[in-house]
Amino acid sequence: METLANEFNILGRRLPRKDAIEKVTGYAKYAADYAQPDMLWCKVLRSPQVHARILNIDTSRAEKLPGVKAIVTGKDFNGWTWGFMSQTRDESPLAVDKVRYHYEGVAGVAAVDEETAEEACELIKVDYEELPAIFDPEEAMKEGAPIVHDYRPNNVSVEYHWDFGDVEKAFADSYLVREDRFETGKVITGFLEPPASVAYWDPSGYITVWAAKQSPYFHFRHLAACFNLPLSRVRIIQPFIGGGFGGTKNDSTAADFCAVLLSKKTGKPVKFMYTQQEVLNTCRRRHNMIVYNKMGMTKDGLLTAVQSRVIANGGAYTAIGPLTMYLAGFATGLPYKLPNYRYDAYRVFTNNPVSAAMRGHGVTHTRFACEVQMEMMAEQLGIDPVEIRMRNAIDNPKRGESYRTVNDVTLKTCGIKEAIQAAAEDRLWADKNKEPKQVGPISYGVGMSGTSYLGGARQLGHQSCGAIVRVLEDGTVNLLTGATDCGQGSDTVLCMIAAEELGVKYEDVQIKRVDSAYTPVDPGSYGSRVTALAGQATKLAALDAKKQLLEAASKVWKVKPEEIEMKNSVVFLKGNPEKQMSFEKLAKIASYEGSGAVIMGKAYSGYGIEPLDFNTGRGSGGTTYSFTSQTVRLGVDMETGKIDVTDFFIAHDCGRPLHPVSVESQNEGGAVQGLGQAIYEQFVMDKGITHNANFLDYKMPRITDIPTIRVHDIITDDPDGIFGAKEASEGSIVSAPPAVILALHDATGVWFKEQPVTPEKIWRALKEKERGL
Amino acid sequence: MKNIKLTVNGTTHELSVKPYATLLDVIREDLGLTGTKEGCGNGECGACTVIIDGKTANSCIVLAVEANGKEITTIEGLSHGEKLHPIQEAFVEVGGMQCGFCTPGMVLSSKTLLDANPNPTEEQIRKGLEGNFCRCTGYTKIIESVKVAAEKIRG
Repeated sequence: METLANEFNILGRRLPRKDAIEKVTGYAKYAADYAQPDMLWCKVLRSPQVHARILNIDTSRAEKLPGVKAIVTGKDFNGWTWGFMSQTRDESPLAVDKVRYHYEGVAGVAAVDEETAEEACELIKVDYEELPAIFDPEEAMKEGAPIVHDYRPNNVSVEYHWDFGDVEKAFADSYLVREDRFETGKVITGFLEPPASVAYWDPSGYITVWAAKQSPYFHFRHLAACFNLPLSRVRIIQPFIGGGFGGTKNDSTAADFCAVLLSKKTGKPVKFMYTQQEVLNTCRRRHNMIVYNKMGMTKDGLLTAVQSRVIANGGAYTAIGPLTMYLAGFATGLPYKLPNYRYDAYRVFTNNPVSAAMRGHGVTHTRFACEVQMEMMAEQLGIDPVEIRMRNAIDNPKRGESYRTVNDVTLKTCGIKEAIQAAAEDRLWADKNKEPKQVGPISYGVGMSGTSYLGGARQLGHQSCGAIVRVLEDGTVNLLTGATDCGQGSDTVLCMIAAEELGVKYEDVQIKRVDSAYTPVDPGSYGSRVTALAGQATKLAALDAKKQLLEAASKVWKVKPEEIEMKNSVVFLKGNPEKQMSFEKLAKIASYEGSGAVIMGKAYSGYGIEPLDFNTGRGSGGTTYSFTSQTVRLGVDMETGKIDVTDFFIAHDCGRPLHPVSVESQNEGGAVQGLGQAIYEQFVMDKGITHNANFLDYKMPRITDIPTIRVHDIITDDPDGIFGAKEASEGSIVSAPPAVILALHDATGVWFKEQPVTPEKIWRALKEKERGL
Repeated sequence: MKNIKLTVNGTTHELSVKPYATLLDVIREDLGLTGTKEGCGNGECGACTVIIDGKTANSCIVLAVEANGKEITTIEGLSHGEKLHPIQEAFVEVGGMQCGFCTPGMVLSSKTLLDANPNPTEEQIRKGLEGNFCRCTGYTKIIESVKVAAEKIRG
């Protein structure tokens, strides 16, 4: 897959995004912007109970309300359930016999307008028998705890025990061994666009849905399975997506199913739009994990072993939890050499909203624990933070060679040493002792992290992407893929790849949104896989179209196709570049010569990885790995605990940035989301009830909160990456929290092990420190 | 129902609205201008930002009847055909967006800011866009876009 960078005409350039004009003018249509004539509105009635048996649902009063057209309850879905694996299909569109978390959906109403639907929900009477509930995952694992699902009487929804090398011996031989408890917070993706959809079950038996999905083909399969329809009768037309970040928009929601069924019952299109309160109360969120971490080192600070016991608060259903727990464990060592490793993972059911995937999926928890603990041990050993990382960092393998971790994760490139060096030489780190440490009540600190994230991730099953490159008679190009741009910029990158391979101008390549009736089936936008795999399919499809065009050109010039090249919309003879014609002319010749041809390149990427082995944890979770070293400078008001983060420097090995603007923006956005996780965001929950389900009280970073961010690219040109590229953004959401929290340690002298580190926590810790506790 | 008159993007509309309808509802549902987005419905995220008589407002917490007789600019009022406003041009050139859901609000808040102060400091830019959430970009390229827009406007 290697191509030399200096051969690129399009890739690597700071071109405008394909969707930029639609977005700045307000003409980009999102799911809630769609409407149909005679459309009904759907609202979901939600349970006020956190754990209760449903004894009876009486919809009679609601049905009599003028304007109400249909009502559905859990039983109307005929026992259908969905979930990530066949043995974990434990969730119904609406609760059937019992509710397991606060505000779980119980009934769906379709009415002539939103207010009537809401009013009808209030008229539905549900009798509940309250059940004992459980909220803390460690309590839920104890004998005699209330049981959330009968099929898991110990409440453990996912459990892995992996063992590599000889951890016991390694600890026994270590100079220093530490054990600490770390915890990551209760945070959510935080997209601004609430889930919405317009669904229509037409009288001929086809479903058409305009839905806000970052991986529309999951929804496609869910709807076909739920309603027992052939896939060819399910059509998902994809609007623009107002942010995804994994979880909710990679899945289906209660209202998604209700809207389709209500449309079937009424014969009319049905629309819903969640409120942000529904999102923050009920939608998928990141797992909150407790990590009991044990780490061993030699006297020189070399890692000898890590043992992680991870307990994840899974919430009420399994969702994608088996993958979460795999990702939380399989790359724990990266980006360092780790010879011995044990992982014991427990994902535990509780009566909380459902935990699932979120950007930086899985890796963020264990890397945070290891990164902080490593530096605690470095301090004990008197080793500098840069030095401890450099001593343990994996070397960049020589070309043609690879590095295998103790659990057989294979790396062909690794820019971590170069990244750490860049971060160490940058002014934030290099000048940290030149500035005064304390000014008035403000104490300044600088922290560093070294992290990794996978690209080209696999879930289970279908991994390939497809692409179709249609060359029109005027030399312009339509690109069709099943990939979804939910903001990350993939439509732009895919058009750049098509233009690069075909030798046409970027502005001559157009792409539209997914329509499952026309675009190729695609796994979806998750695990930093779109550029990697849809990019590969696009490249191959463009090459296929190019081959057809070169054959047409070879007939005109009476030379072999391989003697001809196309670049910047000009077709020329390699041996005699003066001999040329425009791409437009060639397209016309190819399209009209004789009875004419239809130039259509197509391909799918067979480039993937072996199925994941959840039981052993061996093997690669992704096709490539990015590496990041981030530094952070911040000030802490030692009297109030208030934090002001002033600077981020992110040295990031994305292999090669194909669209540098998007790579920077992804790094910046991921890091700021990581900042939120580190110091601001946390659901305030009491007995399963969320007390801050709004954006005032669930505090995401605002523009006034963010530091100056600089991104520094480390180029490694991965042979397994498309044009050398690896991931961007999931790396920086993993690198930011440990770097911020280590900077807080530098500023305050306190080791913080639980996210988020709020001003209150800092203030309390400083008071305890004063009292010598 | 209440009768009101709204001038939106230069066109005056006489409308009959529910007394509790928000300006956002009327702009999106009655006038079909869906560039104004609903993110939170609580005045917290700024996705529904419009300009009312020269000042930005969260249209989800303004009642339509309160806007009676006022001049309103929505994102659709900024460009003319294919001709973009300099602020829009700057966002396109710099790449000051990802998912785009906050973008109309960001552009309109930038307009109010730059109308009042065509040469803002970075701190003033941050202050001017304080009411607009973006979850995708980390704001860095948005700040850069506003700086470039200011240069364009100053000429």
